[in-house]
Amino acid sequence: MVQERILPTFQADSSTITRQEGLQLYKDMVLGRLFEDKCAEMYYRGKMFGFVHLYNGQEAVSTGVIKAMRPGEDFVCSTYRDHVHALSSGVPAREVMAELFGKSTGCSKGRGGSMHLFSAEHNLLGGFAFVAEGIPIATGAAFQTKYRREVLGDQTADQVTACFIGDGATNNGQFFECLNMAVLWKLPILFVVENNKWAIGMAHQRATSQPEIYRKASVFGMPGFEVDGMDVLAVRTVAQQAVARARAGEGPTLIEALTYRFRGHSLADPDELRSKSEKEEWLTRDPIKKLAAYLSEQDLVGQDELKDIQQQTQSLINEAVQFAQESPEPDPQELRRFIFAEDE
Amino acid sequence: MAEVLLFNALRAAIDEEMAHDDTVFVLGEDVGHYGGSYKVTKGLYEKYGDLRILDTPIAENSFTGMAVGAAMTGLRPIIEGMNMGFLLLAFNQISNNAGMLRYTSGGNFRIPLVIRGPGGVGRQLGAEHSQRLEAYFQAVPGLKIVACSTPYNAKGLLKSAIRDHNPVLFFEHVLLYNLKADLPEEEYLLPLDKAEVVREGKDVTILTYSRMRHHVTQALKPLTEEGYDPEVIDLISLKPLDFDTIGASICKTHRVIIVEECMKTGGIGAELVASINDRYFDELDAPVVRMSSQDIPTPYNGRLENLTIVQPQQIVEAVKEMLALQV
Repeated sequence: MVQERILPTFQADSSTITRQEGLQLYKDMVLGRLFEDKCAEMYYRGKMFGFVHLYNGQEAVSTGVIKAMRPGEDFVCSTYRDHVHALSSGVPAREVMAELFGKSTGCSKGRGGSMHLFSAEHNLLGGFAFVAEGIPIATGAAFQTKYRREVLGDQTADQVTACFIGDGATNNGQFFECLNMAVLWKLPILFVVENNKWAIGMAHQRATSQPEIYRKASVFGMPGFEVDGMDVLAVRTVAQQAVARARAGEGPTLIEALTYRFRGHSLADPDELRSKSEKEEWLTRDPIKKLAAYLSEQDLVGQDELKDIQQQTQSLINEAVQFAQESPEPDPQELRRFIFAEDE
Repeated sequence: MAEVLLFNALRAAIDEEMAHDDTVFVLGEDVGHYGGSYKVTKGLYEKYGDLRILDTPIAENSFTGMAVGAAMTGLRPIIEGMNMGFLLLAFNQISNNAGMLRYTSGGNFRIPLVIRGPGGVGRQLGAEHSQRLEAYFQAVPGLKIVACSTPYNAKGLLKSAIRDHNPVLFFEHVLLYNLKADLPEEEYLLPLDKAEVVREGKDVTILTYSRMRHHVTQALKPLTEEGYDPEVIDLISLKPLDFDTIGASICKTHRVIIVEECMKTGGIGAELVASINDRYFDELDAPVVRMSSQDIPTPYNGRLENLTIVQPQQIVEAVKEMLALQV
């Protein structure tokens, strides 16, 4: 077995977050986890179809980064493992669930499905099903912010874009091409690599000549950081610094979050290659349990409150399922709607 | 009125639209300091600056995707393909994201994007620089495909393409940049979805586009001298095809010859034949004749290259042959 990388340590003290912030982070992570568990249930019950990639285990990355941004103003660009990025971005759970059910009330009107979640209202740029193809899109959104500020003279244009990708995408040309352009033009963007060690069945160290992805930033003269992707406070702290840099016009940052998916690549993946010991080791680092322990230790939130949050979140997700089930299918008369801009 | 070269007509279109709307910008290889390989953007960098005439690294798929992202968030990019063949490297972004993303997103985003540049078979440029990607891209949903052919339509169509709220693939032809014509002083726009009746006639409908329009025009002289009266239609819009104009002509002539520069297999002509059979089979007095380039990589050798594409004399013969069978 390959030697595990040693996770960078982060010492969170009582001043790291306030009670309100702690609650926000905890709620968001629990929402992501319970939502995905419900997806697995609904998939196996035949309520959703196609390829469904769940995010369990990686919640600290979505929550830590997106909650360090300005929801609704900043841009988020995701991959095919996009449900939880959408939720963290503020897309209502019912709209995401309805999309997965293929309903007309879904955030992509039932046209997209699991890998194609979009919300213009929440500045969620997608939902990209091919590995790495979202990177140029995110780079374009960041370019737009710079253009708006410098060409159109809009002084309020200080939005930041977070571009989420997996370790597999970092071996694709679009990754290197966009890192180059982002530094060249000092674009306000965070490249957030969720290194969960496996690109389906391709182990990261078998696919790349330099497994420490954050080091690849240095070639472009970009700051690169590795962070414990199972520690939401660590991720949030790194993201806050990167967001501040981007907003100040100082350019992009590469963040490599070391994380792990607790389920297979997709619900269709037999997950035969990852060893039991590896999975068990990472399960002990459950980011939600880690945050819960911190919140208790610091006396920020009581155990009962955390339980209440779990129950409330479960209710919210159950309502989302009910909404999705009761929502209408897209109208067959509208099969061709949305191909062109005139089809509003 | 001064005569205007086609590449300058394109530049005027871009210049006017950039002045008209400051969200319009150009990006691509050597569009800025160098002025564009065919000088379509010459002088615009000095006028509009680095960000509005953006020189990109040679990274077609990434800068195309970047333009899609900029379009999704409110800008109106114009991508110059230094040679349209290079956009094979951007096929993923053009297909998945320029073409399909609006639909896939359920209408969340619109993508006002122009992708323009020189296509077609030039003079001994070799196979890779002699491609006709319109045929490759025609199956992608969500794209509009336009081919200009004269200085007049180049300017009016490009202005409309820039104002369109959808992704438009805009094909210029590498051998037509130096065509000259008098252009109106006043502003004009041309519709993207209308074919142009180049010559009215009653014997046969010749459907063509881009440079082949001029091969057809060359064939007209000997044909009309001998009393033939063909109707010539420049398709302009390769997707969607303008069946109002095409259909009206077929109902008049009942005969169709397609003259195209793309390869025969899976080409624009193939789509035309299928659609004409669907819609106008009962109107036809003869099978549709399709004159296309050979299904081969374009050879470097000049003589072989000429044999690859349709020549005016072949068009003359095809018209005569079709009309000799007249019942």
